[in-house]
Amino acid sequence: MQLNIVAYPQAVVISVQEARLDAHNSPELKTAILQQFDADKANLIIDLNEVRFIDSSGLGVLVSGFKNASTRNGMLLLCSMQPQVKSMFELTRLHRVFDIYATSDEALLSLKDVTL
Amino acid sequence: MLEKIHINIKVPNETCYLGLIGKIGEDLAHTLARSAVNREVLGYELNTVLTEAMANVIFHANRSDPTRSIEITLSVEGNRIIIKIYDEGHGFEAANRALAAPCTPDDLSERGRGIFIIRSLMDSVTYRRMNGKHVLEMIKTFH
Repeated sequence: MQLNIVAYPQAVVISVQEARLDAHNSPELKTAILQQFDADKANLIIDLNEVRFIDSSGLGVLVSGFKNASTRNGMLLLCSMQPQVKSMFELTRLHRVFDIYATSDEALLSLKDVTL
Repeated sequence: MLEKIHINIKVPNETCYLGLIGKIGEDLAHTLARSAVNREVLGYELNTVLTEAMANVIFHANRSDPTRSIEITLSVEGNRIIIKIYDEGHGFEAANRALAAPCTPDDLSERGRGIFIIRSLMDSVTYRRMNGKHVLEMIKTFH
């Protein structure tokens, strides 16, 4: 799985560089998220701009990251969601769980006052 | 004329084929002759249910055993799409229980949304024994 990971002062942005996030590759995203938590990075932004398809496994990995961030007093935000991907969040009502931003810049801006 | 298509596929029990099978479902939607069908939406839905159902078979019925295989048939009969996924594995009772009571998607569980998604996108979903195998049948009617 291709991931682009960039650390900013207030959060780490993980950009998924794959058209599909499914049961085949989502365990790799889970590992990458856990590595950030292990490195004491509690605020993560997952950029889904390149993702055109997500299944329940992909959703499950994001829920797992969301819960993990919360237990570390951090946040896991989502951004740049394509309409088809957003429709899956709406179908499973997970759009009410996550904070979803139009761009990674907006997500980063929302965390600018976060004290690390 | 009544549109009739039948596609038979057999792939190894591995997740690397999820994208291929999903794409075949998506492409099938794009070939439908009926002009009123939203092919983009239908294609995405078929991609989704095929991915979810196949992953379910790989991990549960076939217990991630790469020596097993999965048989899939995709049929179009008039305004109905019929998908059948065959397995020779275990977990028949558990699969039927999950079909009867899909999870509430509001909760923060990390698993269990697959069946809910399939049921939401298809008109009919059944899982039964047939000729010594198990078959998950999903039907969608389009207009």
